[in-house]
Amino acid sequence: MSPLTLFDKLWNAHEITRRSDGSSLLWVDRHLVHEGSHHAFARLAARGAKIAEPQLTYAVVDHYAPTRGRDAIPAGDIRKMIETLECNADLHGLKIFGLKDPDQGIVHVVGPEQGLTLPGMTVNCGDSHTSTHGALGALAFGIGATEVAHVMATQTIWQMRPKVLRITVEGCMRAGVGAKDLALHWIALLGADGARGHAIEYAGSTVRALSMEGRMTLCNLSIEGGARLGMVAPDEATFAYVEGRTYAPKAAHWEQALEIWRALPSDEGAVFDREVEIDAAAIAPTVTWGTSPEEALPITAAIPDPTKLAGTKAERVRDSLEYMGLTAGRPLAGTPVDQVFIGSCTNGRIEDLRLAAAVLAGRKAKVPGMVAPGSTLVKAQAEQEGLDRIFREAGLDWVASGCSMCVGMNGDLVEAGKRCASSTNRNFKGRQGRGARTHLMSPAMVAAAAVTGTLSDVRPLLEGRL
Amino acid sequence: MSGWSVTDGLAVALPRESVDTDQLIPARFMSVSRADGYGPYLLHDMRRDETGVRLTDFPLNRAPKTKILVARRNFGSGSSREAAVFALVDFGIRVVIAPSFGDIFSGNAVNNGLLPLVLPPETVEALLSDLSEAADEMTVDLGRGQVRFRNRVYEFTLPEVWREKLLNGWDDIDLTISRAEAIAAYRDRRMSAAPWVWPEK
Repeated sequence: MSPLTLFDKLWNAHEITRRSDGSSLLWVDRHLVHEGSHHAFARLAARGAKIAEPQLTYAVVDHYAPTRGRDAIPAGDIRKMIETLECNADLHGLKIFGLKDPDQGIVHVVGPEQGLTLPGMTVNCGDSHTSTHGALGALAFGIGATEVAHVMATQTIWQMRPKVLRITVEGCMRAGVGAKDLALHWIALLGADGARGHAIEYAGSTVRALSMEGRMTLCNLSIEGGARLGMVAPDEATFAYVEGRTYAPKAAHWEQALEIWRALPSDEGAVFDREVEIDAAAIAPTVTWGTSPEEALPITAAIPDPTKLAGTKAERVRDSLEYMGLTAGRPLAGTPVDQVFIGSCTNGRIEDLRLAAAVLAGRKAKVPGMVAPGSTLVKAQAEQEGLDRIFREAGLDWVASGCSMCVGMNGDLVEAGKRCASSTNRNFKGRQGRGARTHLMSPAMVAAAAVTGTLSDVRPLLEGRL
Repeated sequence: MSGWSVTDGLAVALPRESVDTDQLIPARFMSVSRADGYGPYLLHDMRRDETGVRLTDFPLNRAPKTKILVARRNFGSGSSREAAVFALVDFGIRVVIAPSFGDIFSGNAVNNGLLPLVLPPETVEALLSDLSEAADEMTVDLGRGQVRFRNRVYEFTLPEVWREKLLNGWDDIDLTISRAEAIAAYRDRRMSAAPWVWPEK
């Protein structure tokens, strides 16, 4: 048999049938729903249909989760959205990770953390950052409301088979440089639509050396480069992460699962539709300066000058700089920020908080900011390690878990014209609030911005601290 | 949803790259029920000032009967929010022409009778330039795979799945339920091969 990629193996194992037009019907092992799934529940109700596999469907309150005052949410849209999900979960007999659940958190943090996401699975959720779960060696992708309703009703989904892109990263990343920098680096290199139509497999020694948290950050951002999904082949680090988690297989099933999972990595000689190679040593701490994730540069660079560019490219840069309130040609470092945010499905895990705390320990933030852990379990872990004290003593707010200021649906917003150093995933216009100016970067870089009050290279601030 | 084969109507230029889903519909409007309509929220912060008043010089405000939108690369990038498509469709738009689209957006669009039509960058730039002064009539013909504009004809091909769906207004759920036997057989196989997918907890 010809050698297969990880993607081929996962796709083939879940393909139920294929239509003459080339689209495949895939089985969905795990379906995760959240408040935003209200459209799909409404569609299901309109058909009088039930959820096909309640045992494979899990509900999580995250997008609208208040980060403060959870015990008394005032009447209004936010409460309505949360109550609607609770009612729907109850109606369909779904396990829900609600606001009072000690396991609540952002859906893409909760899935892996609970062992709901496992190697070899297909995972769907009505959220583009579902690509995060690919870090465990799963085929995980975001879908729209119509598709969510389809998965609810049938536990299957129609998909055209994407092409497969392998991004191989070799070498050692320098101190103070991590998965977030690597992701922003490749997106800047290939473009925000650079991986359109592709599933990405991240490979190479640098990726192997990443922690599971780092792999999740990397896979999470696949969508920002236009990819359908991102994956890392499961290895011993994956198995060590999964073992013992609440919903992970136990005893004989664990042994049986391991045997299957060990056969998942791409075969020697497997052919990819496209290959990109990246030198890890060439990556610097990276920040975005514009309004698309592709508009990212090393912190040591200068703000792009549209007069040195031509045509639509110049137009685009001019538009971004105007929205961001930046001056062409000036150094990126030193740009004053108004506030900082640490959290999100991209960088709200324990390792992210540890890194930010390493920068902030014994220092004061010059600007206000907020730290929202990715899950209630991450929050508890951080408190046990005393990280919350470091954040608080630095002057930052330590709040409850949810999507929070990444998307602002819960009311955590950045005011118009304010500049926010953010560990999130999208610097789109208005993403953190109308007129808000978002700079994406790693949690360590956000901490550096907090300490200096400006966009700053974190490396000197980390000396002797890692 | 009903299908369509030809869209005749006003085409408007939106000469911007990466019109992402957060711009198509800001997150604060996403708790609205679909029955209430999403049209007013389309490109809300681009179309309206801080007080919510429509900007008179914005292309879509000058041509509220627009059926076809022409934009630059990476249209609909970003989130999976189908509300981005609801906003376009409820506004009355049936076709968006661009050199590239976000993958999830494209799938969502086709599921709602909206065609994400990819044309080469040079063609899109030519259309944008022709439409820069004012909206103009355009025809998009699914059956023939043609865009007809002024005296010109641009050919396109679509994935067969998309063409069928748009022409027929098909609902996937009905099509899938007709394959219930194959699904049930797969489920049995899956359950014996990977029983842990159904958690023990």
